[in-house]
Amino acid sequence: MAWIEKQRNILDFALSSLVRRWGKNLALVMVYTVIVFVLASILFMTHSIKREASLILRGSPEIVVQRILAGRHDLTPGRYIEKLAKIPGVREVKGRLWGYYYEPSTGANYTMIVTDEHRENVGTIAIGAGVARSSDVREGDMIPFRSSDGSYVSFEVTGVLTPESELVASDVIEVSERDFRSLFAMPEGYFTDLTLKVRNRKEVVVVADKIRRLLPDTRPILRDEILRTYDAIFDWRSGLLIVVFTGAILAFSIFSWDKATSLSFEEKKEMGVLKAVGWETSEVIAMKSWEGIVVSLTSFLLGVILAYMHVFFGSSILFMPVLKGWSVLYPHFKLVPYVDPYQLAALFFLTVVPYTAATIIPSWRAAIIDPDSVMRL
Amino acid sequence: MIMHPAVISLFVGSVLVCLMVLYSARYGATILTRWDLRSGSELQLTLERKTYLISTIMSYVFVFQLFSLFLFIFTADKLSTLFTGAMCAAGTLNVNNFGYPTMVLKVINFILGGMWLVLNHADNRAFDYPLIKKKYLLLMAIAPFVIAETIVQGAYFLNLKAHVITSCCGSLFSTEGEGIQAGLAGFPVIPMKILFYGAMGLTCLAGLYFYIKGRATGVFFSLMSIVTFGVSVAALISFISVYFYELPTHHCPFCILQGEYHYAGYPLYLALLCGAVGGTGVGTLFPFRKIESLKDAIPLIQKRLTLMTLLSYLLFTAVTTGAIIFTDFRLDGY
Repeated sequence: MAWIEKQRNILDFALSSLVRRWGKNLALVMVYTVIVFVLASILFMTHSIKREASLILRGSPEIVVQRILAGRHDLTPGRYIEKLAKIPGVREVKGRLWGYYYEPSTGANYTMIVTDEHRENVGTIAIGAGVARSSDVREGDMIPFRSSDGSYVSFEVTGVLTPESELVASDVIEVSERDFRSLFAMPEGYFTDLTLKVRNRKEVVVVADKIRRLLPDTRPILRDEILRTYDAIFDWRSGLLIVVFTGAILAFSIFSWDKATSLSFEEKKEMGVLKAVGWETSEVIAMKSWEGIVVSLTSFLLGVILAYMHVFFGSSILFMPVLKGWSVLYPHFKLVPYVDPYQLAALFFLTVVPYTAATIIPSWRAAIIDPDSVMRL
Repeated sequence: MIMHPAVISLFVGSVLVCLMVLYSARYGATILTRWDLRSGSELQLTLERKTYLISTIMSYVFVFQLFSLFLFIFTADKLSTLFTGAMCAAGTLNVNNFGYPTMVLKVINFILGGMWLVLNHADNRAFDYPLIKKKYLLLMAIAPFVIAETIVQGAYFLNLKAHVITSCCGSLFSTEGEGIQAGLAGFPVIPMKILFYGAMGLTCLAGLYFYIKGRATGVFFSLMSIVTFGVSVAALISFISVYFYELPTHHCPFCILQGEYHYAGYPLYLALLCGAVGGTGVGTLFPFRKIESLKDAIPLIQKRLTLMTLLSYLLFTAVTTGAIIFTDFRLDGY
């Protein structure tokens, strides 16, 4: 108990000494906060995008099968569907029709896709929110498309896809099967690729292996592989950003080292008085440590709160282009707030540890000042 | 190498800790060769002042070490999605030969750091630095371990390549596998339970006796606390984890750190580590009880450490026994 009481008093003194030099400490806290803010923004953003991607992919088919011709993705014949459906454990095989359409007037690439809901609605399309924004169309408007033989076909917009799906469906145009085949002159009986649903998740790898043997000219892509690749890419991007900011962390460490080393005459005198009235070296070090803890905690919390607001309320305007990549039709979306202790621990190691390491020796230097040498000045 | 933010932060952290320990070891070497309390030379004065710096540095190192141990396991857990076949930290640590050594080194360094702080604390109680040379000898012994940890951890992260097929925790800790971990998992449950509760009981009794009477069972208690640490980890893999997962084939010691199991692993591992540090601390201080200036201080410190170990181990036993009793899951017949 006596120990706690003593530390409380030292902390009390440390706080009042911080307030007495508020100008210098405010500058330090501000720089510190900015560093924490930048790194926390990167971490929060990466994590949320990864979560978003995994939530979206959760509903997607377990396996996608693409036909490969000379190492390139080629159209898949419809007869492959029957062959794949015979593999035990496969619940459903479907042919997918999709492709890209470049629109010169907006400079954007649309993803044209035939969905189950829209398969029969000839002459109409449903568009993603990004398409609606970029070409400024609403429900009931007509949009012309240039088909593969050079002629123009117009489709009526019968719906704009809901904003919840914007991350995946921003650039999507849903079109009927007949319109899709005539627009791109795609032969009957062929599909862009095939999707498989597998009854038991644990059998996915076995099924993929069977597909490779049954149809050697195809490439099965597993959902887990896609997820893993997303994870790796986003981790890599955020890691790269952090490496870029390592310079800033280093500069900050030097800055805090310098701040802690360059004691003013007043501060030196204060140390001298403390020692003269009976403070021990270890107690002065404890006081300096408390100062460091107060500065670190304040900046850490401020930085994390600001980063939280920046990422989840401000759509992380500062770093988003680097992390998510860029495109004309980029989706507008708000990330779901999510912070876990793990990110905070990583952040702690990137900011508080370097700061502490940089200030240990200067605070010790301050603590060993000889009372008589400073008070004589 | 995987450029994950946590990997970078662990890397930065361990390099900093390594530098801090090396800096301390450098002065440790000078103290070992040049320390002379009777001398009033400038060097002696500087060294006396440096001891304050080094104890501060080592306290921070100890805290950072604890953080990095948990962050390391957590990171390994998070990275498991990048490796086919790895489902949690167990699989990720097995991706290359450096994963488990890094973890073991982290635990060893944490306990060694704790021992050093205990020694330092005792030394500071006396006016004439009676343990100064022993303390810095220990520091010189710790330094290579810390350097090794930084190198091994670096090698582990540098050799991580996503998509490598590894055994997942289900197979690594399953009863059919080979190796130490699998051997622990396959150990019959009833003898393991007897061993665990026996070791715990014996340690606590010895500790209690030592706490009340002083002397006598102290050395035995210290040795038993280390044995119990090992037995508890083995018990955790063998049967305790199984009760948490309610799945007789799942023996992973890392999954209990996850949210699905209410982060139960954190108090458990913290209690074990605290118990081990306290127990080894008691043992470390034994040879110095006769030193004149420490005659009063050491028994007091040992008592406190004993209490810490007793409370930690009791907490561990209470949590695990609670989990065993209050779950619907029954392991009878396995």
